[in-house]
Amino acid sequence: MFESLSLLSLQQYWWIIISLLGALLVFLMFVQGGQTLIYSLGKTEDERTLLVNLLGRKWELTFTTLVTFGGAFFASFPLFYSTSFGGAYWVWMAILLAFVVQAVAYEYRRKPGNFLGQKTFEIFMIVNGLLGTVLIGTAVATFFTGSAFSVNKMNLLNLSRGVMPIISEWKGPAHGLEAALNLQNLILGLTVFFLARVLALLYFLNRVGHAAIMNRARQQLFHNFIPFLVFFLAFAIWLMLSPGFAVDPATKKVSIESFKYLHNLIGLPVVAVMFLLGVVFVLLGCLRAITCFEKCHTKGIWITGLGTILLVWALFLLAGFNNTAYYPSTYDLQSSLTIENSSSSHYTLAAMSYVSLLVPFVFAYIWYVWRSMDKKKITVEELQSETHVY
Amino acid sequence: MNFIDFSLVDWSRAQFALTAMYHWLFVPLTLGLSFIIAFMETIYVKTGDEEWKRLTKFWMSLFGINFAIGVATGLIMEFQFGTNWSNYSWFVGDIFGAPLAIEGIMAFFLETTFIAVMFFGWNKVSKRFHLLSTWLVAIGSNLSALWILVANGWMQLPVGMKFNPDTARNEMVDFWAVLFSPMAITKFLHTVASGYVLAALFVTGISAWFLLKNRDVKLAKRSIVVASAFGLIASLFIIYTGDGSARTVAQHQPMKFAAMENLYKGQQNAPLAVFGILKQDKTVPGHKKMDFLAEIEIPDVLSYMAFLDPNAYVPGIYDLVHGNPQHGIPSYTDRTESGKTAIEALAAYKNAKTAGNDSLAKVSLITFEKHYPDFGYGYYAGRDVHELIPPVATSFYSFRIMVFLGIHFLALFLVLLVLTVRNRIENKTVILYTALWTIPLAYIASMLGWIVAEVGRQPWVIQDILPTIAAVSQLKSSSVQLTFWLFAVLFTGLLIAEIGIMTKMIKKGI
Ligand code: HDD
Ligand code: HEM
Ligand code: HEM
Repeated sequence: MFESLSLLSLQQYWWIIISLLGALLVFLMFVQGGQTLIYSLGKTEDERTLLVNLLGRKWELTFTTLVTFGGAFFASFPLFYSTSFGGAYWVWMAILLAFVVQAVAYEYRRKPGNFLGQKTFEIFMIVNGLLGTVLIGTAVATFFTGSAFSVNKMNLLNLSRGVMPIISEWKGPAHGLEAALNLQNLILGLTVFFLARVLALLYFLNRVGHAAIMNRARQQLFHNFIPFLVFFLAFAIWLMLSPGFAVDPATKKVSIESFKYLHNLIGLPVVAVMFLLGVVFVLLGCLRAITCFEKCHTKGIWITGLGTILLVWALFLLAGFNNTAYYPSTYDLQSSLTIENSSSSHYTLAAMSYVSLLVPFVFAYIWYVWRSMDKKKITVEELQSETHVY
Repeated sequence: MNFIDFSLVDWSRAQFALTAMYHWLFVPLTLGLSFIIAFMETIYVKTGDEEWKRLTKFWMSLFGINFAIGVATGLIMEFQFGTNWSNYSWFVGDIFGAPLAIEGIMAFFLETTFIAVMFFGWNKVSKRFHLLSTWLVAIGSNLSALWILVANGWMQLPVGMKFNPDTARNEMVDFWAVLFSPMAITKFLHTVASGYVLAALFVTGISAWFLLKNRDVKLAKRSIVVASAFGLIASLFIIYTGDGSARTVAQHQPMKFAAMENLYKGQQNAPLAVFGILKQDKTVPGHKKMDFLAEIEIPDVLSYMAFLDPNAYVPGIYDLVHGNPQHGIPSYTDRTESGKTAIEALAAYKNAKTAGNDSLAKVSLITFEKHYPDFGYGYYAGRDVHELIPPVATSFYSFRIMVFLGIHFLALFLVLLVLTVRNRIENKTVILYTALWTIPLAYIASMLGWIVAEVGRQPWVIQDILPTIAAVSQLKSSSVQLTFWLFAVLFTGLLIAEIGIMTKMIKKGI
């Protein structure tokens, strides 16, 4: 079935999947957002524990999505994996460290004998919530702003005595940290950060059975929604106005094109619809929860979540489709990565495509388990009767 | 120009080894304990005896503590291929990336989703669904071992691929060959079995401690029965698959095999050195030859074990380095020359292609393909070929200690099972202390296994195709040094926390 597709179709199929995984990851980062809110929403130890446990039942899903996103990117676009991870070393290392400390934080936080103390593990959660969201946002922004690197496969064949046969070389002075200091990248980073917090608040509203926390969450929602909106608009406007990295379909030469991403939006009507629907859904979910018009809505997480997925998915598609270099090099335009020049072979992509048929089943059991575990809202009393508590 | 920076290569190796060993401290317990828990819960569901439920929950809480840190260390492993071995990631990403992605989709989501039910679902879902979830966690974690070990097996024996000169990297041509490679299969079976053995020793050791303290006696005995029966079967299986592993190594990685056996000169009817003490042969300066200071050997057995034929010829380190025409073994100097020819032919092909000279391109390609099996050796052209010998003493001792411990474990399980079933275990203090002190030995055996497997194949990342010097990322050695120490401090801190929590949990009782 998949073997008969052209290489280009397979590459596009995999870019769509990677983009979807990226979008799901951003949605699931409500866990990270929530971690930064534990202290502002939870005033007593019991309240904080309630919040931690709410997030604690979902953190692994986010984590596994990150891992799968990485693995799928490796398998389908290995040149990206080697160029970006090996090059922007410090950004990725910071992201990894932020997730390492998260992975133990829930389980160890309140266990006796944990040697670092409960506070440390709570700080780990906050670090993860802050760095995880902001840095992943900045890393994704480089899909639009570019980085300084060069790729030369002939280097592998350089046997001059003592010379290192390295394919991808990073030219950025700070091995990735420069990306985190770039203003445009940072704007997307902060957008993701505030979006994650907004999503977290909507999740809490949906799941907590505790009036005081609900009230605080509603207030906080407003305080986080405004900065999210400001940063998001700044990024979106900048993106539409800025030049982009276009690939000539015939010669494969990369050049700068003004208003490239605006052109992509117009040239890809489906993506434009996804983008607009995404914006509408994100806003709708938030506004209905904030305004309490007629009744106070608590299902905002679903509609804003869907909006987030559509929006981020569309953003990734804008970066890679319509003859665009998704990982542009500002040092040497022709080294820029496109979905055509950085992918795995036809055979591997086809083989992996069969595996991708499992994804709907994975979604199905995740959904089933989520439903059967989340039938009731969580309360402090319920936690006290549980045997496994974070 | 970027010159080869050996300190970069070494720090990158050190970082990989450090993080891999940390990951491996936690993974085997997950692999085995998940099954032991599933057995216990099955008994609970079948008998309805609440005591079994209490027992299941006790081991489950230890499982959770271990699992969290296993996940934390695994994340680094995955991304490190990109961050620190970027050339490698491109060169073989086509083949190596696929198992990692499949692992995520097939195994990790299964584990993650059902672990939530396992821990939090006791009062939310039916008994049967809960039991199913526990089993799915066990299956999920073992599936993840499958895929990662397929990837590792492929690095030891690269099959099912072809080098594509136009993209300058290896491409998969046969997925099934990669999945069912003999190396991958033996590796998977042996490694998961080592996890079962380790987890069984963990459970018997802790239960022995309860018996020594005269606490939770009934449940401790139940745990010993379940774990030692499981461990006994797994121990037999580990010996069987370990033997199979050694045979695949003998066939496909003769240098690793020679190092494991400290076989310097190849011979027919090679004897097996059951144990020996090695000393450096100083007569040849700069040489790595190791002599036996003392040794116990059994004639013919090595030949038989390696090739199922007591008369078979087993090549030694000397033969592999200097060649042995009689047995058709080329020397390393020949192979480095051949590898260099391959690399140069590929460059000539590329240049001819760009220049539009098709006939030259064709000729170069033929030369390249003929010499490709030696490709990786080309990077050693003009260097001392002795660099291609792995650390012999490390391989030799590690292998032997692992095997001795394997036999010790088998015997221990047998004794524990018999005594407990006959209800005579309680006052056997020596046996109980042995069981307790075997817990660290289980970790040592398991770690040594990886040392045999990984140190023995140095300097190859991909056997014969890609050496470490051509696999690393272009970074400053000081950067890698810094991240090495960051990981060392962080993981050590977390390990201490983990051990602290575990001990507190165990002391609290079942
Ligand atoms: C999927 C592949 C894979 C897997 C499952 C493992 N390794 Fe490995 N190992 C490598 C892939 C690899 C590698 C990327 O190929 C390295 C890095 C550099 C090298 O030569 O091989 C390596 C090197 C390497 C070294 C350094 C050896 C040396 O340079 O002398 C050690 C000690 C280990 N590994 C130990 C382990 C342990 C304890 C593992 C148990 C989890 C393990 N490896 C699993
Ligand atoms: C280079 C090698 C390896 C990589 C890249 C790797 C990657 C990972 C990652 C990313 C995770 C976290 C998954 C999650 O989000 O739940 C993980 C956990 C796990 N890995 Fe590894 N891993 C490696 C070696 C191994 C080996 C050799 C085994 C077993 C034989 C193994 C078995 C497991 C298991 C059972 C888990 C579940 C968590 C736990 O450890 O308790 N891994 N690994
Ligand atoms: C009589 C017993 C045993 C024999 C003959 C044996 C043999 C081997 C051999 C030959 C290898 C190297 C495979 C390679 O290089 O690819 C190996 C690796 C390994 N061994 Fe063992 N082993 C035995 C017992 C054990 C025990 C008791 C443990 C741990 C509890 C263990 C854990 C490992 C591990 C984790 C590896 C690395 C994975 C692999 O390469 O398969 N082994 N063993």
